[in-house]
Amino acid sequence: MSPRAKDDTKPWTGPYAPYDLIKELCIAVGVMTLLAIVLTVLFSSPDEKPSTIAQWSQQMPADFVTTASAELGGTSGTAEYGPPYNHNGSGQHAAFIELQKWLGVSHPINTANDYVIDPLRSVPNNPQLKAAIASYQAAPAATQKGWTEAYAKALENATVGSNGQIKVAAGEYGPVPVMMNSLLALAQSGGLDGALLSSNQFYQTDYTKPLLFMADGEALSSRAEKEHLLGEQWGMMNETGSYPGQVWLWLYTLWYQVEPFKASANADILVMMVMGVLSLLFVCIPLIPGIRSIPRWVPLYKLIWKEHYRAQQEA
Amino acid sequence: MSTAVTGAIFNLNNPAHVVSWHFIQLSVSNIIVIGLMFVVFFAAILLPFPGAARRRESRS
Amino acid sequence: MSVAPPPGSSTTPRSKSWTVRTREIGVENLPPEKLLPDGQPTYVASWIYVFGVATIAALIVTVGSGMILALKGPAWWHYTGVGHFFNSIHLWAVELFFFVMVVHLWGKYWMAAWRGGRTRVWVTGAITFIIAIPTALTGYVSQQNFDAQWISTQAKDGLNSVGVGAFFNVTNFGQMYSYHVLLLPVAVVLLVSAHVLLVRRHGVVPPFELETAREPASAPPPEPRIPPPSATDTPSSSTGGARS
Repeated sequence: MSPRAKDDTKPWTGPYAPYDLIKELCIAVGVMTLLAIVLTVLFSSPDEKPSTIAQWSQQMPADFVTTASAELGGTSGTAEYGPPYNHNGSGQHAAFIELQKWLGVSHPINTANDYVIDPLRSVPNNPQLKAAIASYQAAPAATQKGWTEAYAKALENATVGSNGQIKVAAGEYGPVPVMMNSLLALAQSGGLDGALLSSNQFYQTDYTKPLLFMADGEALSSRAEKEHLLGEQWGMMNETGSYPGQVWLWLYTLWYQVEPFKASANADILVMMVMGVLSLLFVCIPLIPGIRSIPRWVPLYKLIWKEHYRAQQEA
Repeated sequence: MSTAVTGAIFNLNNPAHVVSWHFIQLSVSNIIVIGLMFVVFFAAILLPFPGAARRRESRS
Repeated sequence: MSVAPPPGSSTTPRSKSWTVRTREIGVENLPPEKLLPDGQPTYVASWIYVFGVATIAALIVTVGSGMILALKGPAWWHYTGVGHFFNSIHLWAVELFFFVMVVHLWGKYWMAAWRGGRTRVWVTGAITFIIAIPTALTGYVSQQNFDAQWISTQAKDGLNSVGVGAFFNVTNFGQMYSYHVLLLPVAVVLLVSAHVLLVRRHGVVPPFELETAREPASAPPPEPRIPPPSATDTPSSSTGGARS
């Protein structure tokens, strides 16, 4: 069967019956409006309040400090992400196709400066903190790395003191604990939410920095897991609560559940490429031999046009 | 976290019930939507469409 | 009021006026009785045919409720009952839109509705479906609630992996809101308009011819009809089959 097989469908020369399209449209709009209103009255819509850095640091202080020290040490998800945030990773690739790398860094984030040092610098009247920051920045990179790695290890057994401060076992952490506990206090007061949002200009609608910071920790993922929104829970299709979600994303999320995508570090680009190809095929169905013939072989059309075929036979 | 339920008759702001089968996990609400799609599709192609008399008249 | 000579005259040169040419192309392809016909072929006799207009209707309700939400700004629906009501209408209209669009898609596939030169009808419809997905995504990430936080921080990975994240930042609320309330709805409406105008131009696809449908693929080609139908024959109500 060639791609350009002859299509013998002839223009209709048979009878027409009256059909009021505008009335049909008006009825359809009325029906859809009514259905939407009925569903609204029955079920409303979800509106789970957003997480804030203040809440995260109050409810999960150890996780907050663990994430913040990873940002300082350059080992967090965002720090090692690569483009479009930084050059610390090459991003995902599929064979020689490295689109993430090729499109470059368009939204630069230096996690140590943006999430820790710059917000701490904005804290006034704290000479101890000022000295800690200066001491950290004056230290060689290897020393800084030693401090942050040791502190990250100690945080695995951290406790929260009565004053809300994070306590770890004694060790060689340099000024890092002072910086982290100051950042924790700033975050718990709500100051870090604002600092991350308005860092570039007064009017700001770009929430990338605070969102990436929270996503590096477990603030969002712990809520998502309860709502069945994680990737491995087919969360892409789901809505919060028991509301129906995005069922049309079933094929997109299905690939993430099966190998080789499931365990791949390049799962996202691989799935996007598969879906890109399938979407192109979907658009081009009329040109694909076999796929375009299935409707003839599986005669559901006999049900759709049953009145027409019956009339033909009677004639 | 407080959740707003504004006048809804049925509160859907509870954690979803999920159906698991091998590696497939679907929420009950999504299964209902998918099921309804099939029901509506087959109903649409099976149920008679109004105006048969008018069309019969046009054919004759 | 037209100052151009009547079209189609063999002695008149083709007009240089863009306006006249546009009008002539428009009227030639979609004369009023084709643009707004008051009849349909008698084979349009199934409930499956209403799902196209149902999709348009759901889109109208979605855009309408979206306009009301836009009137009061993106934060309104979080702190007023009326706002939440219209947000709910908007959400359920979107669910209904995808629901009826998928049923419409299934119907058109099983009718092989691309036959008879209607490939572009299928193509515009399929692209509309594909563009509706980022239209919905930009809405989900513009909700300014936990759902938006989660969806944006997850979706960024897929988009970043193919380089799209370099210029389409799902965590940038301002950008996403702009795409959602203007750019993508305009794209969807333009695509739907093209889709519908193509349907009006080509007509609704005729049914398969039953004799052709019964032939197995390996059968020899049918004998030519002898004698061929003459001009005085009663017009046949048979329709063409598809050899696809």
